[in-house]
Amino acid sequence: MKCFDVVRRIAVSLPDRALAVSCNGMISREFHETGDGPDRFFMIGSMGLASSIGLGLATARPDRTVVVLDGDGNVLMNLGTLASIAAAGPTNLYHFVIDNRAYMSTGGQRTISDRVPIEAVARSCGYRRAVRVDAERELTDALGGFFDEPGPAMLLCAVEPGNLAGVGRVKRSPDEIAARFRAAATGGEAP
Amino acid sequence: MTEEASTSGLFLDSLEAAGYDWFGGVPCSILKHVIRRLESEPRYDWLAAVREDAAIGSAVGAWLGGRKPAVLMQNSGFTVCYNALSALSLLYRVPALLVVSWRGDGPDAPEHIHTGATTETVFGTLGIPHLVLAPDRFDEQIREMTSVVDRRRIPAALLVRKGTLT
Repeated sequence: MKCFDVVRRIAVSLPDRALAVSCNGMISREFHETGDGPDRFFMIGSMGLASSIGLGLATARPDRTVVVLDGDGNVLMNLGTLASIAAAGPTNLYHFVIDNRAYMSTGGQRTISDRVPIEAVARSCGYRRAVRVDAERELTDALGGFFDEPGPAMLLCAVEPGNLAGVGRVKRSPDEIAARFRAAATGGEAP
Repeated sequence: MTEEASTSGLFLDSLEAAGYDWFGGVPCSILKHVIRRLESEPRYDWLAAVREDAAIGSAVGAWLGGRKPAVLMQNSGFTVCYNALSALSLLYRVPALLVVSWRGDGPDAPEHIHTGATTETVFGTLGIPHLVLAPDRFDEQIREMTSVVDRRRIPAALLVRKGTLT
């Protein structure tokens, strides 16, 4: 599977009123390519922390579905937060990991996820579900009903290295991304 | 001193009165009385983070979800947060009150000396306003830092010396 195809499949499967946080690097850029909106938080720095943001958001808004689009490099940088998520156990948190076994933004250097199965770590920590898919058909099966069962749940999608040619950067200002996201999450005015 | 009259209880009351309604962080002995209360009272919904920068990340998520976060940590862990604070909190303008204990403020275990001596410099370098918590003025100081947090949409900090919060 290709990263962008998976990102697109996830984007179209998001439940109504879901709040999504995407990790820095190519994943935020590709997620942005599928659409911009106030219910999407595109993280452009602070590598590793998308899962932490998702955890805080899920505890603050138990009434909303919270989705994290993460990468293997990001998860490995903040592996302890898998334990925090499992311990807190937010039933509304759905954690996607797009695993290409490489740091693509910095030149495709290898991560260690070829030797350390992240979904097994999540399962051991205590995620209610953590499954790995390697092919389109498995992804389709896994996505069907994925949000119907409680989280915290992980769906790890193994993809080949490589990203959408010419994918743009997120141009909207971080300040505005945060303000409009908070308004969308709370039904209030932007601060 | 009774449990009710302890400074950590009054400190938490002042935080709540200032609107803080989300609490997370990583323990420090200087903050143990406050954290014990945060852990034991379900209404605080204390998030025990495993690293301080992860606590900052979750505080950002909580603010995005409409909450007003306070994050507690030791200064050793505060220095772990440099990138989270600069490339997430300050970049996206997400406010939080940081309650940072000050190990190495004077004689202390060797691992705290250099961090303790440079902690205030790091706040200055980051551009995060801070006050050293004064036992007799913390209600006023919390309000002062909260006005910074609210007006500028950035983190601000209270630096806590040993023995301040009982």
